[in-house]
Amino acid sequence: MTGEQIVFLVVALFTLGSGFMVVTTRNLVHAALWLVSTLFGVAVAYTLLDAAFLAVVQVVVYIGAIAILFIFAVMLTRKDLLDQGPQMNKNWWFGALLAVSTFGGLYFLLQGWDGLSKTATAIPVGFDAVTELGTELVSPAAYVLPFEVASVLLVAALVGAVYVAFNKK
Amino acid sequence: MSFWNDPLKVAADWLLGIFTGWGMPEIAANILIGFLGVLLLISVLMVLDIFLVWVERKVVARFQDRLGPNRVGPFGLIQPFADIIKLIIKEDTTPGGADKVVYNIAPMLSMMSVLILWAVVPLAPKMLGVDLNIGALYIIASGAIGTLSIIMAGWSSNNKFALIGAFRQVAVMVSFEVPMLTMLLIPTIFAGSMGMGAITEAQDIWYVFLAPLGAVIFLIAAIAELGRAPFDMAEGESELVSGYNIEYSGMKFGMFYAGELLHAFTFGGFWSILFFGGYRFFGLEQVNPVLAIAVIVFKAMLGYWIIMWVKYTLLRIRIDHMLAFNWKFLTPLGFTLLMMTALMNALLAGTPTWLYISGMFLSNVVIAWVALEIARSVSRREREKVEGPKQVVEAIHH
Repeated sequence: MTGEQIVFLVVALFTLGSGFMVVTTRNLVHAALWLVSTLFGVAVAYTLLDAAFLAVVQVVVYIGAIAILFIFAVMLTRKDLLDQGPQMNKNWWFGALLAVSTFGGLYFLLQGWDGLSKTATAIPVGFDAVTELGTELVSPAAYVLPFEVASVLLVAALVGAVYVAFNKK
Repeated sequence: MSFWNDPLKVAADWLLGIFTGWGMPEIAANILIGFLGVLLLISVLMVLDIFLVWVERKVVARFQDRLGPNRVGPFGLIQPFADIIKLIIKEDTTPGGADKVVYNIAPMLSMMSVLILWAVVPLAPKMLGVDLNIGALYIIASGAIGTLSIIMAGWSSNNKFALIGAFRQVAVMVSFEVPMLTMLLIPTIFAGSMGMGAITEAQDIWYVFLAPLGAVIFLIAAIAELGRAPFDMAEGESELVSGYNIEYSGMKFGMFYAGELLHAFTFGGFWSILFFGGYRFFGLEQVNPVLAIAVIVFKAMLGYWIIMWVKYTLLRIRIDHMLAFNWKFLTPLGFTLLMMTALMNALLAGTPTWLYISGMFLSNVVIAWVALEIARSVSRREREKVEGPKQVVEAIHH
């Protein structure tokens, strides 16, 4: 076993353990903080894959914005931060079905994929992933259309949020 | 390669020789040397941090026409050590009903979010922790961890004031991240890279001459990110006692305090790296890496001094004014400046240097002037809405 594999296993266990704690802890703020550590584990996994840009964006967007928003929402909407009610609602079987079928589907798909047994080709020296990503995102031959569509979607969400919050005098 | 031209490389090679001589595999020796390097950097920073307490107290004393610490040691230099001993022997209290684990992690996380910033600070040519090509984003990411530490501290203290302070601080930090990130993109446009090392290397002309408005906005956003006056409504000692760190005692409070001072110094450093050429000073950095480190520390101290100057001169502003200032003024201004800079950079590409510099400089001046005029007319209208038109007031007066 190489050093990288050991690091990966530790990170994967950390991420999965944190994810398990997110759904089992009774305290909602603790759940949000465990979610932060799960997301951080994913960022470390990105780093192991030499995707430093994605790792940093993961921290900025998911920890810096989304998790903080979760914590705010929990703190501002709950009078009591400890949930006394049951942890499951009556749709638990549907959620479990969805989770199991997703896992089964991914397992089925990855059965026929030979990437699991191959080693990745080494990244050439001087390869600048950030520049490549930036060029791909704005070049008409590649991903400019999805990129713009996502931007329009975000602007629409922003306008909608402003409209909902707008106080008509 | 002689010791004086690249001391760290020589020391690393020497250590590598020793460790492999002990029969350690080379990869393990390299990892160990990396850890030793991190330990060295952090130790130097922490010792510097102790003296920053002294610097801060001396400077605030001068601003307030006092002497500051002057009893313990020459110029009061040993005062911070006395303070640390006091902090360490103080009782370590935990408030009743506090969330113990989160309460204890928060100060560590706060200090860590500052220390990890130094991984991307270029101290001298080729002397930086890691030359990330996404250094600008890395700064924002560490800020996210700082935000998290504050909300953890405020929530876990089981104290209303702490929680309100944390909410305010997080509102400030999340808001001012937007203009800060926008301003980080301006040196990125000039240098063609987000890496701190590349930005420093590309500054044959200090970027403050190309984007003076950008430098000012970055400084304002940095002060807000630090939670220092005039954006210190999170601390608000007259209303919230001390804000998010109210329940912390002893060295745990010391961690927040030292973290804040080091954070201010660090942002002084980033200000100098992004807009004032970092370690570069008329070729002095080529002579010796020690000189380069002296240059960047001097520039960072100057930035830190300006941050202190602002802190001890201005009054705290109200939180709604702060949010309006950020979202209605600074953010649109930042976006306009960013678009203008990108446009001018494309238009002026290939022109002589003097034209490029003057074009950039003038575009900044024009944007700043227009923005201030718009702000003035808006505030005049607001004032008239509250007070009534000016002539009416005068007529009553006569």
